[in-house]
Amino acid sequence: MNWVGRRLPRTEDPPLLRGEGRYVPDIALGARAVRFLRSPVASGRIVSLRAPAGLPPGALFVTAADMPEARGIRPALRRFEYRAVEQPILPRERVHFMGQPIALIAAESAELAEDLLEQVELEIEAEDPVVGLEAALAPGAPAVHALAPNNVIVEGAIRPDGFADAMAGAVHVVEFAFRSRRQNATPLEGRGGVAEYDRATGRLRLAASCQMPHMLRSGICEVLGLPEADLQVVAPDVGGGFGQKMSLFPEYPALVWLARRYRGRFAWIEDRYENLIASAHSRDQKHILRAGFNAQGQMVALEADILADIGAFSCYPTTCAVEPLMALAEYPGPYKIPSYSVRARGVLTHSCPAAPYRGVSRPVITFGIERLMDRAAAAIGLDPVEIRRRNLHDVFPAKSPTGFTLDEGSYIEALDEAARHLDIPAFREAQAEARRGGRLLGLGLAVFNERTGYGTPAFAARSMEIVPGYEVVDIAMTPTGEVEARIGASPHGQGLRTTLAQIIADRLGIDPLAVRIIHGDTDRTPYGWGTFASRSLVVGGGACQIAADRLAAKLRRGAARLLQCGEEEVVLRDGLAVTGAGASIPLREVARIVHQRSELLADEVGFNLAESGSYDPPGTFSNACHGCIVEVERETGAVRILRYLVVEDAGRIINPMIADGQVRGGVAQGIANALLEEIHYAPDGNCLSATLADYIPPTCAEIPEIEIHHLETISSATLTGAKGLGEGGTIGAPAALCNAISDALAPFGVDIAEFPATPPRILALIRGRRAVWEAA
Amino acid sequence: MKPAAFDYFAPRNLDEAVALLAKHGEDGRVLAGGQSLVPTMAFRMARPAVLVDINRIEGLGHLSAQEGQLRIGALARHAHFESAVTPGPLGALLARVVRHIAHPPIRMRGTFCGSLAHADPASEWCATTLALGGTLVLRSAGADTREVAARDWFQGVFTTAIRPGEMLVEVRLPVLGPEWSCGFAEFSRRAGDFALAMAVCALRLDRGLIREASIALGGLGGRPVLALEAAATLLGQVPSAEAASAAAEAAAAHCDPHSDVHAPAEYRRDLVRAMARRALAQAGVA
Repeated sequence: MNWVGRRLPRTEDPPLLRGEGRYVPDIALGARAVRFLRSPVASGRIVSLRAPAGLPPGALFVTAADMPEARGIRPALRRFEYRAVEQPILPRERVHFMGQPIALIAAESAELAEDLLEQVELEIEAEDPVVGLEAALAPGAPAVHALAPNNVIVEGAIRPDGFADAMAGAVHVVEFAFRSRRQNATPLEGRGGVAEYDRATGRLRLAASCQMPHMLRSGICEVLGLPEADLQVVAPDVGGGFGQKMSLFPEYPALVWLARRYRGRFAWIEDRYENLIASAHSRDQKHILRAGFNAQGQMVALEADILADIGAFSCYPTTCAVEPLMALAEYPGPYKIPSYSVRARGVLTHSCPAAPYRGVSRPVITFGIERLMDRAAAAIGLDPVEIRRRNLHDVFPAKSPTGFTLDEGSYIEALDEAARHLDIPAFREAQAEARRGGRLLGLGLAVFNERTGYGTPAFAARSMEIVPGYEVVDIAMTPTGEVEARIGASPHGQGLRTTLAQIIADRLGIDPLAVRIIHGDTDRTPYGWGTFASRSLVVGGGACQIAADRLAAKLRRGAARLLQCGEEEVVLRDGLAVTGAGASIPLREVARIVHQRSELLADEVGFNLAESGSYDPPGTFSNACHGCIVEVERETGAVRILRYLVVEDAGRIINPMIADGQVRGGVAQGIANALLEEIHYAPDGNCLSATLADYIPPTCAEIPEIEIHHLETISSATLTGAKGLGEGGTIGAPAALCNAISDALAPFGVDIAEFPATPPRILALIRGRRAVWEAA
Repeated sequence: MKPAAFDYFAPRNLDEAVALLAKHGEDGRVLAGGQSLVPTMAFRMARPAVLVDINRIEGLGHLSAQEGQLRIGALARHAHFESAVTPGPLGALLARVVRHIAHPPIRMRGTFCGSLAHADPASEWCATTLALGGTLVLRSAGADTREVAARDWFQGVFTTAIRPGEMLVEVRLPVLGPEWSCGFAEFSRRAGDFALAMAVCALRLDRGLIREASIALGGLGGRPVLALEAAATLLGQVPSAEAASAAAEAAAAHCDPHSDVHAPAEYRRDLVRAMARRALAQAGVA
């Protein structure tokens, strides 16, 4: 029985659908409620900070002065002129963004804690904040941190020899300057944690809605100076993370500090207001691109200048370099670009810190290069499909200008497949007909590749002080024959318990329901890197396969002894060990004998059925082509998505139902990025997008039917044949939609250079008004 | 996002309710559907010391046409308007408008009168009541009743002519005969969102000419407003696309929209033009 490739229903779902899932708030009952006093200003000096008069018994008021032993959060990077700005758990003197935690109140209820917060006596001398990239880089701008006098916290550049000549040799030069506006990942469940002190053992336990429990433990222990053995971190059910729950934020060390100092149990459940103003933001970027093409429409040189507003502090552990340097490293994407010159800078401002969000910089660079391709197609007189065909990699493995090895993919095939499904000639007729009637239809494409499932070498190349990448899986069969796999990866809603069980079940010839995936608990799982960067199924799945194969070998050895045949004659299937001659023994019987009649098998298999597997792959590139058709309403600038399709190649699909769910969810967030979501700051640094009436994620009414077609290119770069696909949907959508909108707007001679492409921005383009942001 | 402490009363009859409101004056607020009040309390933007929950009071959910007036009781929920509550243009207009109010669960709880009392700048019912020249009926302790015309009711964002101790018990809308035609259009970023602009119109035709016209605009930031200049352009006109355009231009030219994170004022002005034209088209002016 092959379980891989089947649309197996998620084993996670029944309890979640019954409302019996266990999220952090479910386990917070009875804990003292913690609320944070957050800075009302973007920049300022704390003049005085005093506890509410008449703090009731049992309530606590904590400031930086109470925790002198706590260090700040210090993400580190060894290159790229990185300035090691430190974020305090609670600030002593200055605040750097609106929403930064300043102090905390713990009380019997959240209501009471909020009442007390209103009575804290806080005096802040507000100072002029640095708001926005332009202000931060203006000559004479005040420094957000003295460590970075010009507000540049990280800077990377690649200036290859011969670039100027390559550009000079171009027949066509196409430029594109654009702005990507700031987003919040907006998981359904916000952050939150419950910290408790166990008087019996002296240990601390933190349950947190997080993506990287081991990393969170390391980070907290580093800040508080604790031995890692004294802190258990648990990630229970997690209601979405999308990268926002990767980083170490000040609230978690503060909670653990409280539990330790007061030997009690404390819970902080983030509300939506806090999530929107003070959880990580992302993708606040400005790029200037210049590309040279030869007479055939092949790109000969690409130059990029990348600015990323990273907010007031760097995130831990990836550092804030993650956005600008990913853009620097991955801009060429799926295209053959012989000469690539780039500079990327991360810029400090008085705003919420930026951190990875599904796709990180890839939605932005894909927007950049794909909009550039459409501009080039128009300038050169080529069809958008044809110009892409002439530039896409078609021989693998290929080398990117920044040194990546692109493993086997289906770049041109995916494009052709998308074009075929869209029936572009028929669309062009419909578009012309619609234009005659005054209606604006447009078609857009976005081709991209996506680096997924990369291990230690890839992260080490980024010169991070903390290098993630590998995964370890400890696997064991119990005396009654079930398999427990303990993984360092940590799902946040993507169905990993089901997909990893499918992989293991196939290797052991057992039912996936007999496989228990144990995750999200530092006491019960090997050190690992949680979930991010479309890695869990590729890296964790590979480690599961290695561990399961080792366990299978042990089982075959034991069974061969019991069946009195050669080990090579034994096959594992349907929960049995079977010989060629037809003899068989249930695996659970082998397991019972190994554990309870060990005198029979100890020589062959020892005293257990435990094995370990680890996997640390170089990384593999998935690829996809998104295509869509939109209608733009001439009177209002509203965009209606008439058709959206995805041709995705993520190698071997372990569970097509889960894969499709990942693509759909990703596209929904991509649509949000393209059309709807934007964090606004006022000139005084006040965050204006503080509710879900102001920051507007799509509802089901805004998400169209999404057609998904899979290609399966099996690459040697991944053990299971699976490539990552967690982020692809998000990456392609802004480019595809904005290309379609630009196509619709072609009669006006304008196109999209800022996203989200909101109705006011689109109508301003139609009416020829000055855009809100003008390309430099 | 936890509300400040408050006292809660659930009176069984109207006299008790208004007695409580009289006692607590400006500290008291009526809780009907709670769909706007409760979230603003969670943000501590509203912090009433006393909530008077009227949901247990019998006889407030009425919705009946009498003597040429549709009487809408304080507990008539939005969802009640989804099928026509009265024959003719009025019931049809209300059924069209209600589909733009938030989402089904909210429509099951929220009330028509609650919307009028809350007076959100983007409330569909507020603009509709203004366009139709409705009347608001207020009760206070001692069985005193006061009537306020819609045009005198709205004073600003979340601000009305209500006095401390008063409760809005009924809104009356004129039942429209077949010589009337109405239209409603709004623009919002997502389905169910507060509109960035809306227009509602009611026109009376006599022998092919527009004899009465009323247009109200909402979602522009302040209170809902009557587009008097736009309505004036229609009087005596034959319904036509030109007439609609002229009225829409006048509506856009004379309105005073605000800017916020969703849209600058000039965009809202464009929307007023587009929504006015659409509303008029529904009313047969196209």
